[in-house]
This record gives sequence, C-alpha cells and structure tokens, in this order.
Amino acid sequence: MTTRQTASDVGYAPLAIGLILILGLALTIWGAARTTDGPFAIQMYTAMAAFLVGLFALVRAYILPNGEAVRTRYEDGVVKAGVIASTFWGIAGLLVGVIIALQLSFPALFYFEDFGWTNFGRLRPLHTSAVIFAFGGNVLIATSFYVVQRTCRARLAGGPWAWFVFWGYQLFILLAGTGYLLGITAGREYAEPPWYTDLWLTLVWVVYLLVFLGTIWKREEKHIYVANWFYLAFIVTIAMLHIINNLALPVSFANYFSYSAFSGVQDALTQWWYGHNAVGFFLTAGFLAIMYYFIPKQADRPVYSYRLSIIHFWALIFLYIWAGPHHLHYTALPMWAQTLGATFSIMLWMPSWGGMINGLMTLSGAWDKLRTDPVLRMLVVSVAFYGMSTFEGPVMSIRAVNSLSHYTDWTIGHVHSGALGWVGFVSFGALYCLTPWLWKRERLYSNALVEWHFWIATLGIVLYITSMWVAGVMQGLMWRAYNELGFLEYSFVESVEAMHPYYIIRALGGLLYLIGALLMAYNLWRTARGDAPAAVAIRPNAAPAAVAAE
Amino acid sequence: MTFAAASHFAETWGLAFAVALFLTAVAYALWPANRTTFDAAARAPLSKDEDDDHA
Repeated sequence: MTTRQTASDVGYAPLAIGLILILGLALTIWGAARTTDGPFAIQMYTAMAAFLVGLFALVRAYILPNGEAVRTRYEDGVVKAGVIASTFWGIAGLLVGVIIALQLSFPALFYFEDFGWTNFGRLRPLHTSAVIFAFGGNVLIATSFYVVQRTCRARLAGGPWAWFVFWGYQLFILLAGTGYLLGITAGREYAEPPWYTDLWLTLVWVVYLLVFLGTIWKREEKHIYVANWFYLAFIVTIAMLHIINNLALPVSFANYFSYSAFSGVQDALTQWWYGHNAVGFFLTAGFLAIMYYFIPKQADRPVYSYRLSIIHFWALIFLYIWAGPHHLHYTALPMWAQTLGATFSIMLWMPSWGGMINGLMTLSGAWDKLRTDPVLRMLVVSVAFYGMSTFEGPVMSIRAVNSLSHYTDWTIGHVHSGALGWVGFVSFGALYCLTPWLWKRERLYSNALVEWHFWIATLGIVLYITSMWVAGVMQGLMWRAYNELGFLEYSFVESVEAMHPYYIIRALGGLLYLIGALLMAYNLWRTARGDAPAAVAIRPNAAPAAVAAE
Repeated sequence: MTFAAASHFAETWGLAFAVALFLTAVAYALWPANRTTFDAAARAPLSKDEDDDHA
C-alpha cells in the first residue's frame, strides 16, 4: 500500500521523523519514571509503545532493503489509510453515542458501579471527540490530501511527512480517548485532552499545514481551486484556536493536571470562541471543501457559481470568528459582547444559505441523478441539512429564544441535525466516492446497500432531532413555569422524568444511524476487496441505478 | 496600549480595514476580467486525469 520512494526525494525526512520519535520515547520514559500518578503513567506507556512501533515501521520502510521503487503520480496510500480510519472511528464514535443515549434512557440498567470508566461523564467526551475529531478529522485529512493533489495536479509534498500526519493524528486520538476513560481531562468542552496531548497535536497539525501548503506551492494549475481555500482556512484556524484555547501551565511535567492561562469570564469567552469556531472551521469550512469537490464530481456538473463560492468563502471567514459569545447569554459576559455574538450569528445566514444554494444548484441539469444515484442523494441531503441547521442556529442565538433553548435538549437536537445530517452524510458520500476511486473499482459493491444506508440513517436522524426538539422545548417550558403563588411549578427531577420517552426515541434514532454506518463499512470493505457489484442480485429494481451511475 | 485605546482602534480603523479587505475579496470575485479563470475553475473537479481511470 505504501508507495516506495527513492532516497533522493525523501531527503532527510525519515531522519527527522526518527529524531522526533526518539525524543518522544525519551520524554515518555522520563514521564513514566517520574510520575506519582497512575493514569498519567498509563498514558506515558501508551505513547511509548506507539513511538516504538513508529520507529520499527520507519526502520522497516527506509533502512531495510525491500525491492523495486514504485512511484505513482499521486500519493494515495495515505488517503486509503484515511478512508479505513474514518470508517473505523465513525463506527466507534457512533457506538459510544448509542451507549450513552441508553445510559440516559435507562440509568439503572447501564450504570456499573465497579467500572468507573463506563460512567457517562467519561464516555460523553469519548463520544464527542470520537465523532468530531477521530471520524471527522480523519475524513478531513484524507479528503484534503486527495483533493489538493487532484486540483493542483501535484503529488503530496514532503514524502513520508504525510504518513507522520496520519499516524501522529491517530496517536493523538488514542491518547485523548484512553485518557478520558482513565479520568484525565482538561475540563474544556471539545478540548478535553491534557496539555501533553495538546502539544503533540500542535506538532502534528503544523506538519499537516506544511504538507498541504507545500503541495499547493508546487501545483501545476495556476488557480487555487476553492475547495483548497476552505481546507486551508480549516487547517490554519484550527491551529490558532487550539493553541490559544489550550494555553495552560502544568502543575508538574510528570502530571496531567494543568491550570488554564485564563480565568473567570475571559476563560469562558476563550472556550466558546474556540468551541463555536470548532463548529465553524472544523465542522463547516472543512466539510464545505468536501461539498465543493465531491458534489460537482459525482454530479458531473461544474460548480453552479464560482463567484458565489468565493464570496461564500470570504463572508464565512469574516463573520464566523465573532459568533462565539452567543453561547454565553445571561452570563457575566458584558451585554454588548453577547449582542455582538448574536448579531454576527444572524449575519451568518447569508453566507450559509449562499453556500447551500451553490451546492444544491450545482445539480442544475442533473437533477434526475438524484433518483438513480444514492451517493449523490446523500451528498445533496447533507447540504439540505447544512441549510436547515445553519438556519436554526442563528434563531437559537437570539437572546429571547436562547432563554428557552439554552441548557435544554433542543441544543442537542440542533447539534445532531448538523452532525448527523450535514457532517455525517457529506462524509459518508465522500467515502462512498473515494473507495472505488482509490481501489480502482468500476463501481461500489452494492448501490442497493447505499439505498438502505440512506433511508435507515435518514429515519434515524428524523427520530433523533424531532424527539430532542420536543424534549428541549418541554424542558425549557417546565423550567420557567410558575404557579399562581409565584413558585416554580415543577421540580427539576420532574423535568428529567418527563424526558424518558424522548430519550428512548433518541437512542433508537442513534441506533438506526449506527446500523446505516455498519452497512456502509460492509459495502466499502466488499468494494475495496473487488467483489463483483451485487446490486442486481440483491434487488432487481436497483439495476437502473447501477447503469446510471456510469 | 490601554483597553480604551485598543477598543477605539478596533471600532474605527480596525473596522474600516476589515470592511475594505472584505470588499477587495468581493471585487476580486466580481471583476469581469476574472470570468474566464472562474469558468475554468468551476470545472476543475471534472477535468480528466490520466492517472485516475474513474475521472
């Protein structure tokens, strides 16, 4: 799978990577030896094992002799690895989501006193990090490496550094995820990894940026395609957000605990400046890059309006960064800052809907394909969900609406219409496109299975978001209800009790979504293996789909 | 620099600068001479590549 390269074009890269691994090994040995903290020692041993495996792989690849050098035009090995990793982490993250949804539905049944690591408080960040950073991050890294090579007509820059990014990112996920189970957290939402894991991610991310920029630098196309702008904004902004939000002072270099550089309301604002822009630049800008490459490609139509795509990009960049304070309505944050956050959120309607229209209208002249190509349908429905959740978000950022919706399950419903509908579907669509392209197969193993995935997952999303809307509005209304004497009508636990049926519906929705992802994994695996298309055999009326997809 | 001075700068020259920067991007997008570049770029994902047999 790995493309062998000649010594001349790799240069000193293997040596530099080797030095990083040896340095990492030394630091982890020091940390494990010095610490008095059990969980921290386990983290050090985990990283130590990873660095050793890395060194072994490096020696095997570059020092031991192994046959003829084969060099393809594009580096696709790392993209293939990304497709596999995305599928794996996607299923892992969704599975943990279903588990914690069941914990909320049946707390007596899914509470294990003797196994602290199965507690909701530890599994919840495992779920959010696994779906956002492990699944979403791998999809973004894989697709960005694929798209930048094709649209620049240039091979990935940096030789083995792309593999360093891939494996370095997996180590980040492993350390973060196992850390949560051990009870290690920095206590910052969507930025829970401790300081040493943050430092490792910073290194990996800077290398990612350099590989991406290096590839653009040596491009053979004069114009930089718009998808690359979105990817670049995603990489650069995430670097900035990650570094500033995680500025902290460890209590000791042999302990996971650290104190944030910020305190009080400044800390809250920093966290939501990070948190909302993780939505804006990780879950939006990066996946819009996927939209701008994979929808035109799969529909075989040019981008509806390239001018609109440029305005979409710059308007999004200029507006998104200010929206974070809407997470802090009715807090110690000054009122003007809250209003500023809400105002910019409402202005975001324009670029969001401009982008949605651009994605949907790219199908002009190819609408009939929606009937026959379930992969294209998945991509298009994802854009519709993008439009829906970017409409809902600004509404919720208005102070009056927020007073009802905040701290309720309405927020959870909103997040999941974006995460399952937009990010999930656009990612699945890209994975369905990439697998036959990368493994050089004529088509997917089964279009009928994609149909099943599409409908099961769509039903799952509908169950999820409608139950959470009802639950959220009900919670909000119960919490603010007063009786004729001016006392609260309901105690908090009564509102918890009222949630029970909706939590069960939510868990069912999540389970359906997971089943859809499992069907995808099976389909992708059979496609990569090169098994013959089975659409005709499984369902006779799916045959036209297979024909039209050509 | 005091907080008052920083916020005064942000509310005046900083704002003007950001708006000018954005208008430059819009002008670039709408500039008539760029039409041919953009029409070609809109088709970039579709261009055939000899190394991708799916394309």
